[in-house]
Amino acid sequence: MSVNKSLAVLLGCGMMLGTAQLSAAPTATMLADTCAGCHGTDGASVGPASPSLAGMSEIYIVDSMKAFKSGERGSTIMGRIAKGYSDEEFQLMASVFAKQPIAITSQKTDAAKVAAGEELFGNNCEKCHDERGGLADDDAGILYSQWLPYMQYSMEDFMGGTREMPKKMKKKVEKLSDAEIEALLQFFASQQ
Amino acid sequence: MNKINRRSFIKIAGSAAAVGAVGFPSIAAAAGKKRVVIVGGGTAGATAAKYIRRADASVEVTLIEPNKHYYTCYLSNEVLGGGRKMDSLKFGYDGLAKHGVTVVHDTVTGIDAKGQKVTTKGGKSFGYDRCIVAPGISFVDNIKGYDQAAMEKMPHAWKAGSQTALLRKQLEGMADGGTVLIAPPPNPFRCPPGPYERACQIASYLKQNKPKSKILILDKKDKFSKQGLFTQAWDRHYKGMIEWVKAEDTGGGVMRVDANAGKVFTEFDEYKPDVANIIPAQVAGSIAKTAGLTDDSGWCPVAGKTFESTIHKGIHVIGDAAIQSPLPKSGYAANSEAKVVAAAVVDLVNGREPGTPSWVNTCYSIVAPNDGISVAMVYNLVDGKVAKVEGSGGLTPMDSSPQDRAREVQYAYSWFKNITSDIFG
Repeated sequence: MSVNKSLAVLLGCGMMLGTAQLSAAPTATMLADTCAGCHGTDGASVGPASPSLAGMSEIYIVDSMKAFKSGERGSTIMGRIAKGYSDEEFQLMASVFAKQPIAITSQKTDAAKVAAGEELFGNNCEKCHDERGGLADDDAGILYSQWLPYMQYSMEDFMGGTREMPKKMKKKVEKLSDAEIEALLQFFASQQ
Repeated sequence: MNKINRRSFIKIAGSAAAVGAVGFPSIAAAAGKKRVVIVGGGTAGATAAKYIRRADASVEVTLIEPNKHYYTCYLSNEVLGGGRKMDSLKFGYDGLAKHGVTVVHDTVTGIDAKGQKVTTKGGKSFGYDRCIVAPGISFVDNIKGYDQAAMEKMPHAWKAGSQTALLRKQLEGMADGGTVLIAPPPNPFRCPPGPYERACQIASYLKQNKPKSKILILDKKDKFSKQGLFTQAWDRHYKGMIEWVKAEDTGGGVMRVDANAGKVFTEFDEYKPDVANIIPAQVAGSIAKTAGLTDDSGWCPVAGKTFESTIHKGIHVIGDAAIQSPLPKSGYAANSEAKVVAAAVVDLVNGREPGTPSWVNTCYSIVAPNDGISVAMVYNLVDGKVAKVEGSGGLTPMDSSPQDRAREVQYAYSWFKNITSDIFG
């Protein structure tokens, strides 16, 4: 870089700092608290459709928010809101939710479907959604006791192509019928 | 079994923490405690009370609110549409008491900024280190003849509760082929998309039950929130039922009513609707004016970072009463402002500089049983003022799929359940 160019860059930075006063980043709690209106206090959603974030891994939350922001993952409203935050801010928010215990919901589920789902789970999902979808460290979100409508929307999105399915998941899902997928979701939703 | 144990442990640990939190206030009632008094137990006031206690359980929080229950304005239009019962909008203050908030049911009559105390109708006096004022709105006398008695005949239903029930009753009593007149207020006012969602909800009821009826909206404005999306919804779901007339075409909307005669007047015309929903112009809740917190606009000027009054130090004004633009006068914004101010107040009473704020707003409107629309925005502090984060937020796309619209309705219900539990739970 030439001296002139470096000078221009330096001057540019100086001017930017001069025009808008940059504040320190908001705290993690400050940022995470703004999510509670839709996702519940501490990310424990009381439903019926917006998902609980409590207990999800930082990696999963940050990746999801980046995908919402870029439009890679389709949404009704999350993408519009995600555009208001930086990656660092996603990381801060995620650090709060990752510390929370998984939210246990009380949802109406069909016992026969739950039983069928439990069987399917072992053969199809467990490797990536360990501990009945309750292991944060697999970075695959939290499905344990998750809200059923949210999981149904997610599957619609996966099938419809507005959300990319991981290859391993695609292979499994392609072999499952709609009824089997519904049974699996009921199984996750029923976890207490 | 190991897997279960991990979860059980978390549950047990959680309960222990909860017991600790409940046990604490009684022990710490000693002298030297920091005191915060909150005036008004609506969305903003109740959220602030809870979040102060969450951030610092050593702060003594007293919330003064005349009513034993709060009815949310949000989703109250669904009561008018017949899809929701009043009881689902009703919230009490037991949840706040569990967080250690002292809830006093009384009416605040004065706030002494110099003496740092709040006085009530019941003759009590509450000293404070910091005061938060969240009085919501009061009405302006901008429509001639629209007095207290007229409100009982031509309900505004802009504070949820008996007014909402009254308007619903009038709609139920109306014969098929009748006209409902809605008179939306001038800017700024509580819930900018509200009157237009209301038209949708009333139309939804009429379409199913009294399909020959009409809705006439005589506005005090020439444009309104989510206008493109609402106009699309009226055309899509209620074709020919809803007519919106901008202020320019009537010389300024409704000017006068004669409630006894059932008449509504614009500058040039006279109407005799079967049901009249008159929504007056608004200013900050009356205690704000009494306390000298309002400026010539009738609303309360505040500093961007802490929402501390620029007129009286030590008093913060939040929710609809504050001049908080570009944040809207909405439930979500009130909840968001309250959390920022709760954090700031906890910092201030502990002698710390308040941190950097972050706000968000989302407003859903349910325009038909499976059709929801929204507007959202993220806000930050720029040069000491609330600013929209560039590139964030915006409206539901005009061409979004029916599937997405149906999801937005479910997300609207999720928002309602989560925000009310965040405030009162």
